[in-house]
Amino acid sequence: MALYKNGSFVEDTWRFLAAEDDVPSDGAIVLGKARFLAEREALAGRNAPLGIIIEPGEGLAGIEADIHRFALVVLPFPKYTDGRAYSLARMLREEHGYRGELRASGNVLRDQVRFMWRCGIDALEVTHAGTIAALQAGAVSPVTHHYQPAGLEAVEHRLAGARPWLRRAAAHP
Amino acid sequence: MYRYDEFDRRFVAERVAEFRDQVARRLSGELTEDEFRPLRLMNGVYLQLHAYMLRIAIPYGSLNATKLRRLARIARTYDRGFGHFTTRQNLQFNWIRLEDVPAILGELAEVEMHAIQTSGNCIRNVSADHFSGAAADEVADPRVYAEILRQWSSLHPEFSFLPRKFKIAVTAAEHDRAAIQVHDIGLHVKRGEAGEIGFSVYVGGGLGRTPMVAKKVRDFLPEAELLSYCEAILRVYNLYGRRDNKYKARIKILLHEAGVDEIARQIEEEYEQVRRRGVLLLPREEIDRIAAYFAPPAFEELPARSVTLERAKALDAGLAEFVARNVTTHKVPGYASVTISLKAIGAPPGDASAEQMEAVAAIAEAYAHDEVRVSHEQNLVLPHVRLDDLPVVYAALQKADLATPNAGYITDIIACPGLDYCSLANARSIPVAQRIAERFGDPARQREIGDLKIKISGCINACGHHHVGHIGILGVDRKGEEFYQITLGGSGDEMCSIGEIVGKGFSSEEVVDAVETIVDTYLKLRQGPGETFLAAFRRLGEAPFREALYADAG
Ligand code: SF4
Repeated sequence: MALYKNGSFVEDTWRFLAAEDDVPSDGAIVLGKARFLAEREALAGRNAPLGIIIEPGEGLAGIEADIHRFALVVLPFPKYTDGRAYSLARMLREEHGYRGELRASGNVLRDQVRFMWRCGIDALEVTHAGTIAALQAGAVSPVTHHYQPAGLEAVEHRLAGARPWLRRAAAHP
Repeated sequence: MYRYDEFDRRFVAERVAEFRDQVARRLSGELTEDEFRPLRLMNGVYLQLHAYMLRIAIPYGSLNATKLRRLARIARTYDRGFGHFTTRQNLQFNWIRLEDVPAILGELAEVEMHAIQTSGNCIRNVSADHFSGAAADEVADPRVYAEILRQWSSLHPEFSFLPRKFKIAVTAAEHDRAAIQVHDIGLHVKRGEAGEIGFSVYVGGGLGRTPMVAKKVRDFLPEAELLSYCEAILRVYNLYGRRDNKYKARIKILLHEAGVDEIARQIEEEYEQVRRRGVLLLPREEIDRIAAYFAPPAFEELPARSVTLERAKALDAGLAEFVARNVTTHKVPGYASVTISLKAIGAPPGDASAEQMEAVAAIAEAYAHDEVRVSHEQNLVLPHVRLDDLPVVYAALQKADLATPNAGYITDIIACPGLDYCSLANARSIPVAQRIAERFGDPARQREIGDLKIKISGCINACGHHHVGHIGILGVDRKGEEFYQITLGGSGDEMCSIGEIVGKGFSSEEVVDAVETIVDTYLKLRQGPGETFLAAFRRLGEAPFREALYADAG
């Protein structure tokens, strides 16, 4: 597995806590949504970065007020044809103002990477060899003209004088 | 007609490049068929029984001569000289080689066409009333809104992997010719008290295994909020639509299971969020900018009655019959809309040869302001023709074998590709349509029967819309044999209803006789020629028809 962020493959500094592991007092850790909800009070006093994994079926219910606490949100794509995480990504960015790392994991493939970026995802956990190669070569989708405002201004921008719903890809994250 | 600007051209070119690369990766084996399938579907490429099929998007069914000629050329170069117009106002080529698809997409791009989102679990080609811009009863041109929706839904990053396909239709007339109530979203363009434009929004209609008539979730959505509201509907569907069973994945099931009130509440809640950000609100001048593309052609001031036409009709009974059946009143005096039936007796419904496409292109250029439409009934329409020109247009259509005067008659049958092409089919549709058309081919008999819509699907997926046929025919498999179930009383217009199954199915040999029995029963029981089949059925119920069909069987 490789983590792609800000235009290159980088070391993952986050620790994904297994079910049997206790929460360490320091270090950046990532928990599932259920565990976060169960241990929310205890985690409140912890003074280290916190991340959460939100499965597509779990949604944002119950954590709306906590979103500012997370420095990482991981959105798994169990199958790339399951598009729920795209909506979750946009809701996090646009409705909840989430500005931390938004990471796609699971079945991350080159033909969907552009959609992910556009929805506000800015980090990719990739296992698929062809996708890793494509990212290294900068050869993901060539489509840079878009018909709808979606992601962040850093990813795409409005065009002066053009129809207001059009967007042009800026740089990729 | 909408025209691409530089942005639109670049978008399509990029998309063609992307698909070319995907095809190359499939052909080199880098992509497995499983990985490739959703990618090719997003671009209208299906694997059928014998070959690949390519479905080309014809946004809201609008064509001109240049586009039609290009389709003819593609039919000749890459297919077997034919194209098949579909119930979604699109065109399918049934004999395509995958290797050729990128080249075909390149040819299409040159005339501002593509195959984006004609299949797959995404927002499909938006459809609209085929008489848009010509209909006397429309309050605005629905193509303006269909075009705005087309743009917004093109490669939408959030809604490209929905639970299932998603279809939107727009009408702007009280008489619904776009079947909006059997769509995932149906939009009825209306005017409010102050004359302002808005939409009644229907959600959750659909055919298939579980046919349902849509529910109204908004009575009057302000014009500017069209995209915000649709984005909210799609988000609710994307998040909560079922993904565990593809037969329960359409938004109609979500609505049915959660209740329309609950889904309407969720949509409104999400809509508040979308609207608050405001980025999707449509400024007046932008709507006007799109509307300008659909400005009516320069119509002449003409008398409402054409002496030329009346004289010609008096001399030519064929023309008179054609005008009585295939010509529709236009909003401008002296003009008419012409339906070109693609249902010649004995031919596959919806098929057109390259030569026929070229003939229509030439007629459209010479006599119809260069506009052609595809109707969801699988016919073509010339929306704006001068009454004075109808005799020449009729003659030209006759020459191309396109003057069948049967629009809306019993032989104007909708049929899906069925077992002749489709790998999902249980039974053939096209040959059944051909046999019914032959049985009722006599013009006098069709005239006597009057308006009657027969719709045929080769399996429960209902691509032939059998549920909304006045007589619906569904192909089923009975122990490896083709059987046909008959439904009666369906209708796709503003009085939308789902047909009722009359009883056990009929074999391929029996089915045409069964249709004839139904028709004869209607003719016997109707209160006069003024009572259509549908009206009679609604008055009588299915009992007399069932009796007639199954009496002998005991
Ligand atoms: S209704 Fe069935 S047989 Fe007909 S085209 Fe659709 S899937 Fe194929």
